[in-house]
Amino acid sequence: MSAAITPGGRRWRRFRRNPTAVIGLAIVLVVLFAAAFAPWISPYPSHVGAVVNFRARHQPPSLHYLFGTDNVGRDIFSRVLFGYRISLLLAGAVLGVAVPVGVALGLIAGYFGGWVETIIMRVNDISLAIPPLVMALAVTTVLTPSLLHSMLAIAALWWTWHTRLIYSITRTLRHQEFIEAAETLGASKLHILFRELLPNCASAILVKVSLDFGFVILVGAALSYLGLGVQPPTPDLGTMVAAGADFLPERWWEALLPGAAILFVALGFNLLGDGLRDLFDVESVR
Amino acid sequence: MSEEALLSVRALSLDFVSDGARAQLLRDVSLDVPARRHVALVGESGCGKSVTMRAIMGLLASPPARVLGGEIRFDGVDLLKLPARERARLRGTAMSMVFQDPTSSLNPVFTIGDQMRTILKYADARLGRARNRQQRQARVAEVLAQVRMADPERIGRAYPLQLSGGMRQRILIAMALLSEPRLLIADEPGTALDVTTQAQILKLLKDLVEARGLALLMITHNLGVVRESSDHVFVMYAGAVVEQGPTQALFASPRHPYTRALMACTPKLSGGAAMRGIDGALPDYSAPPSGCRFAPRCPLATPACAQTPPHTLISAGHSAACWRLEATE
Amino acid sequence: MEFVYFLIRRALWSVVVLIGLSMTIFVIARVLPGDPARMALGPRASQQQVNQLKAKMGLNLPLVEQYERFAVGAAHGDLGLSLLSQRPVNDDIAATFAATLELVLVTIVFAFAVGVPLGVLAAANKDSWIDNLVRLGTIFGAVTPSFLLALMLQVLAGYVLHALPTTGRTSPDSAAVADITGLLLVDTLMKGNFAGFVDAFKHILLPMIALSAATTGQIARITRASVIDVARQDYIEAARAFGIPSFVRVFKYTLRPAFVPPLTILGLEFASLIGNAFVVELVFSWPGMASYGVRAILQKDLNAVMGVVMISGLFFVIANFLIDVAVGFVDPRVRISGQRA
Repeated sequence: MSAAITPGGRRWRRFRRNPTAVIGLAIVLVVLFAAAFAPWISPYPSHVGAVVNFRARHQPPSLHYLFGTDNVGRDIFSRVLFGYRISLLLAGAVLGVAVPVGVALGLIAGYFGGWVETIIMRVNDISLAIPPLVMALAVTTVLTPSLLHSMLAIAALWWTWHTRLIYSITRTLRHQEFIEAAETLGASKLHILFRELLPNCASAILVKVSLDFGFVILVGAALSYLGLGVQPPTPDLGTMVAAGADFLPERWWEALLPGAAILFVALGFNLLGDGLRDLFDVESVR
Repeated sequence: MSEEALLSVRALSLDFVSDGARAQLLRDVSLDVPARRHVALVGESGCGKSVTMRAIMGLLASPPARVLGGEIRFDGVDLLKLPARERARLRGTAMSMVFQDPTSSLNPVFTIGDQMRTILKYADARLGRARNRQQRQARVAEVLAQVRMADPERIGRAYPLQLSGGMRQRILIAMALLSEPRLLIADEPGTALDVTTQAQILKLLKDLVEARGLALLMITHNLGVVRESSDHVFVMYAGAVVEQGPTQALFASPRHPYTRALMACTPKLSGGAAMRGIDGALPDYSAPPSGCRFAPRCPLATPACAQTPPHTLISAGHSAACWRLEATE
Repeated sequence: MEFVYFLIRRALWSVVVLIGLSMTIFVIARVLPGDPARMALGPRASQQQVNQLKAKMGLNLPLVEQYERFAVGAAHGDLGLSLLSQRPVNDDIAATFAATLELVLVTIVFAFAVGVPLGVLAAANKDSWIDNLVRLGTIFGAVTPSFLLALMLQVLAGYVLHALPTTGRTSPDSAAVADITGLLLVDTLMKGNFAGFVDAFKHILLPMIALSAATTGQIARITRASVIDVARQDYIEAARAFGIPSFVRVFKYTLRPAFVPPLTILGLEFASLIGNAFVVELVFSWPGMASYGVRAILQKDLNAVMGVVMISGLFFVIANFLIDVAVGFVDPRVRISGQRA
């Protein structure tokens, strides 16, 4: 083994040999690119808003309108590109809140044990009993349906999965020598939690976050499909499927193509997560 | 040996091949287990004892295992030439095995009685024995009593989890004896247990085997066990038998440098700082040294050792595969 | 005996989960900003009307007292009055729950009936094209939005092939009623109404497939991993050495211990299964709790929404308790030690 090959380089070579992971990464990059440059690459950027173009209603997919048009004549392809922005924003915000909270609680419960563990894990159990979608439904009833409220509701439950994952890893690490050595040397609790334990959870978290990106997007899409997420005219993939569903089966593109767009991004994150799981050998992460 | 042994392995060579990688595991392994005799196969872990044992029992999956040549004759029949079905008929009936790890070798979700009756049921089917459920139950209880389990009825209803390691090890012995095999292969029985329990298990095994007149092939890394309970010893290193002979002769004058090193490693009850490890490690099976595989670790190695040494007869039944036997006289 | 203690512990724990759940729901309903009475009556109602409804609902009482009322009511199976229909929420939910239960039960049966054999097949042919196909299938099952799958099935099987009904639980001309167990498939059979059974079966087929995709994939995945793990165990090799034939080794010695992880996973999947049922029911106009719940949400009927969430949680808790029992039966380790493996 030559010194030039770093562990990272080896990982990357193994990653490249895994076709599903490479496809997943490619999909994720395409979607990120589409979302970031939506105003510049979409053919009809103005169709994001409440534009009405009755002459072009219900056009089937063509070179002009790649994904066809909707019932007020807006270009579905353009709206899908902008819809990705909402999906990624939702997933990013939910995981941005849920992952740090979930990981911190998992580390604390796993390392300290005792009554802290009991409380955290019991609250965790209770949270598991509520379907995130149902929780979001309840929250949006009380507050108004909106993107922010959906994010809050999903984030309020999503931490549980990360807590469970990190808790199980930390529990197995708690009595290992390097932790006991750090304790003997008088390392602070914070040091042990975040400098000793956390790095050992890093690959598991990475895999889980990648898989979760897809799953949160799916829950958000379901919510807006039910009319309880993002409100029109903001282009949202789930809302677009719901609006297009009225015109099935003749005008299939209006529901199925935005639906396929959701499937596409969820697939990308899932394949990527799956590939990373093989790469880091963390079979326990689902 | 003039008369052919019950089990006779001749020049067995075997590789593991998977994904284009080849591990050259066994090289010209020959060993004999005569009827009613206790034979020991000894060596450190990773030396190929387990692969040899699994090859004899026909437990190796192929791929990855690939037999390059040799014979495994049981009762005069070459098992390697037998169709898989025929070979499967012998397992558990003509030849059986005592497994090493009592915690992992019993199925955790079925009762002891259930597992033993299942073994008996299919053994009966193979042998064309007619036995109903009660008769099988009675036989299970009988064998459990023979391995000195008190209250066989209760044991039969228990799950493995409810029994101690020593009890589970005895059950594994009972399972192997259910159909009165003629050859018993024991894989380091009791290694997972404490020393006292292991001694009891070995004593029990010896008694049972002697009372039945079974041939026993005991696989172990423990020279003390070998010395006490076997008639004949085969010493294995890196997939080859390096020395073999009657136990007394071999212990009295070990000739292969590896055998000598192995004996030097064994703690002696008489005290003394005899514990000395062997420098180096087992070779990489994917690129083993040509010729004598022990040469890289051998203090006596010479350039001649790049050629595979033949077995040289030292005394009656005692031989070693080494070019430097003159140096160990 | 340890198993009985184990079950008692789990049952007590279920009660704790339900109390926690009721608190969560209460916090959402009463502590988050928003006036339930105003929401129910709409912006045009006079302040006096709102105050009257508030008094009737007990919204003027201290929070602790309000929670007490809610919790005591819920414990007695009283979820309050629907703010819109003024009918007890219990009655409304009772009328719709059986349809949801039937759909979820059939889905679970389907998910196991398909997922376990697929997982075993993939494990037995590890790294072959079969394995890759099953793996790809499980990934697509996990990432296809359930509403998209439901819509596609509806279009394909209903409108294109005209093979199956696409909405409702029965045909308009079917006289079948579920008045014994509430489960139409069971009740029609019990009455010997075979035509009714076939009709109900045809109706449930598409929603079941749409709802089961993700769960079936998960079960196949977990079964595959679990079978591969068990097949590597010493006791499987030992069974072979003792002359136990391969079909017994696979179907008895391997499958039984390998069955525990998929069962356990079902418990964790259950919440998302209920969540997806909401969406699928809506697409297929399945007259279940979800249709009721979504209507209640859109109409801002707070008591009904709280009731639906509470019943979803109860459903989850009971399902998980039953799974604990099932795991205990499959795996004596749980029964003997009184702890989850």
